[in-house]
Amino acid sequence: MRAVTWHGKHDIRVDTVPDPKIVNPHDIVIKTTATAICGSDLHLYDGVIPTMVSGDILGHEFMGEVVEVGPEVTNLKVGDRVVNPFTIACGQCMHCKSSFFSACENSNPADKAPMMEALYGYAGSGLFGYSHMMGGYAGGQAEYVRIPFGNVGPIKIPDGLDDEQVLFLSDIFPTAYQAAENCNIQKGDTIAVWGLGPVGQLCVKSCFLLGAERVIAIDHRPARLAMAKASGADVINFEEVRVNEALTEMTGGRGPDHCIDCVGLEAHGWAVDNVLDFIKTTLKVSFDRPHVLREAIVACKPGGTLSIPGVYGGLLDKVPFGAAFGKGLTMKMGQTNMHKYLAPLLERIQNAEIDPGFIISHRLGLEEAPGAYKNFHDNQNEWTKVVLRPN
Amino acid sequence: MISSDTVPNDARRHKADRESDDAMAVRAVTIGKPRQEVFDFFRDVTNLARFMENIERIDVVDTTHSHWVVKAPAGHRVEWDSILTADEPGRLLAWETGPDAEVKNHGRVEFRDAPGGRGTEIHATIVYEPPAGALGKVIALLFQKEPGLQAKRDLRRLKMLLETGEIATTDYPDAAPRYKKSDASDEAKAAETR
Repeated sequence: MRAVTWHGKHDIRVDTVPDPKIVNPHDIVIKTTATAICGSDLHLYDGVIPTMVSGDILGHEFMGEVVEVGPEVTNLKVGDRVVNPFTIACGQCMHCKSSFFSACENSNPADKAPMMEALYGYAGSGLFGYSHMMGGYAGGQAEYVRIPFGNVGPIKIPDGLDDEQVLFLSDIFPTAYQAAENCNIQKGDTIAVWGLGPVGQLCVKSCFLLGAERVIAIDHRPARLAMAKASGADVINFEEVRVNEALTEMTGGRGPDHCIDCVGLEAHGWAVDNVLDFIKTTLKVSFDRPHVLREAIVACKPGGTLSIPGVYGGLLDKVPFGAAFGKGLTMKMGQTNMHKYLAPLLERIQNAEIDPGFIISHRLGLEEAPGAYKNFHDNQNEWTKVVLRPN
Repeated sequence: MISSDTVPNDARRHKADRESDDAMAVRAVTIGKPRQEVFDFFRDVTNLARFMENIERIDVVDTTHSHWVVKAPAGHRVEWDSILTADEPGRLLAWETGPDAEVKNHGRVEFRDAPGGRGTEIHATIVYEPPAGALGKVIALLFQKEPGLQAKRDLRRLKMLLETGEIATTDYPDAAPRYKKSDASDEAKAAETR
């Protein structure tokens, strides 16, 4: 089959690779109909995520048609159309049973998990197409994908919904929604959202879905600010004003009730060597990058929530923890517990409460992936979201 | 060997044993299944090869004796007889190798109820004596470089097998295809000869 593969920093190719097969009894194989490039894929593109190996298949946002099922798969059959969550969960371990799917104890293979345990003291769930310490699973930017735990992960899509309406159930819509839900939004609340990439855009929508009175969206790219404005947000261009002053002014001197950081610190990478680099050679970056986190802590109203869907990887420097303590802030963060959100969010799409497809800017074939990565990376104002069609 | 009714201090035990030259692994895992069920699975020696990575085969000799054939690096394999030295149903298993073992080892596996009805804790302690000779050096790569790592991986696989009925894998090519130059050149050669 054809698949988008990683060969190193800024080196994305489309190669012919072996087809995946059913290996374990709960596996399914799907024929991919649509797959997207995620903002977090850009960190692979930049070569800052360790434990990638040249030739790895990329992609963790994908959907398709079931073409094969393992003997223990009971709730899907060949021909079903499914969207797949980017995290892999067994549904049986203690974490899965308490809906903490992102910490599934059984999906990160035993020969891979120790890499992550050594860094973080735990191993998270396996992820598709996102390095070997995350399990070494082949990604979904390919004609076919093997999906483990077919009874637990992929959700069947009813007729009448097209791919672009439901594709983002695979990651960014649940990720954005969880971030908004973590704010425990009450009537009258104002929420500030930093970073208007695809997750930020869906976060604005999710805050309104959950009853926010007002959303203030912060970025510097005009097209992305305009998109958030079209969703009903007030916007701040951080190149034009001082964000904290603007937020204080716009909220009658109190600050936003809750703050959401959709930027994160992922670009630093996740490895011990990156952490050492961070100390030795990238001090400048280390001071700059948690900028949003610092700004949000200082901006947030006392008693508010700091919700962090943006990914952090290593150590943080110069975080104003005294302000966070003094204000009694609640911090909520972590990989998305995808499996908890698929059914309720599919229902919201069916009820026409939201159509996440509005963020798509480009629709391309699988063979065009290398250029798509480059453009998504270099031209972020115009390229908000790329959907690839492998089949 | 410690076999008290109280919960042993694993950390202290770990440190004390470290004073010898032996390579030792002390590892724990919690499995969300009843203690007796986990014990019974483990007590059946034929089940061990299902989750222990480097086992080629285990032959049961009688209720307390088994013969192990284990894969070692560079195509080698090592064999030993294992003798059960403690068998307390639902609670404890301990073993030691026979006098002719190519890699002498002994160890114990304790089974405890996890707090709050959250399944069973397995506490494993395995001690490998340093093998001698040229083959010993090769084997040392497997057992001594990181003696805890293999135990950790095997316990993780046991947990997967008991909780989900399968062991997660991303082995190339079927479970996780990727681009390999060697495959591509094979394909090119095949295309040329077509």
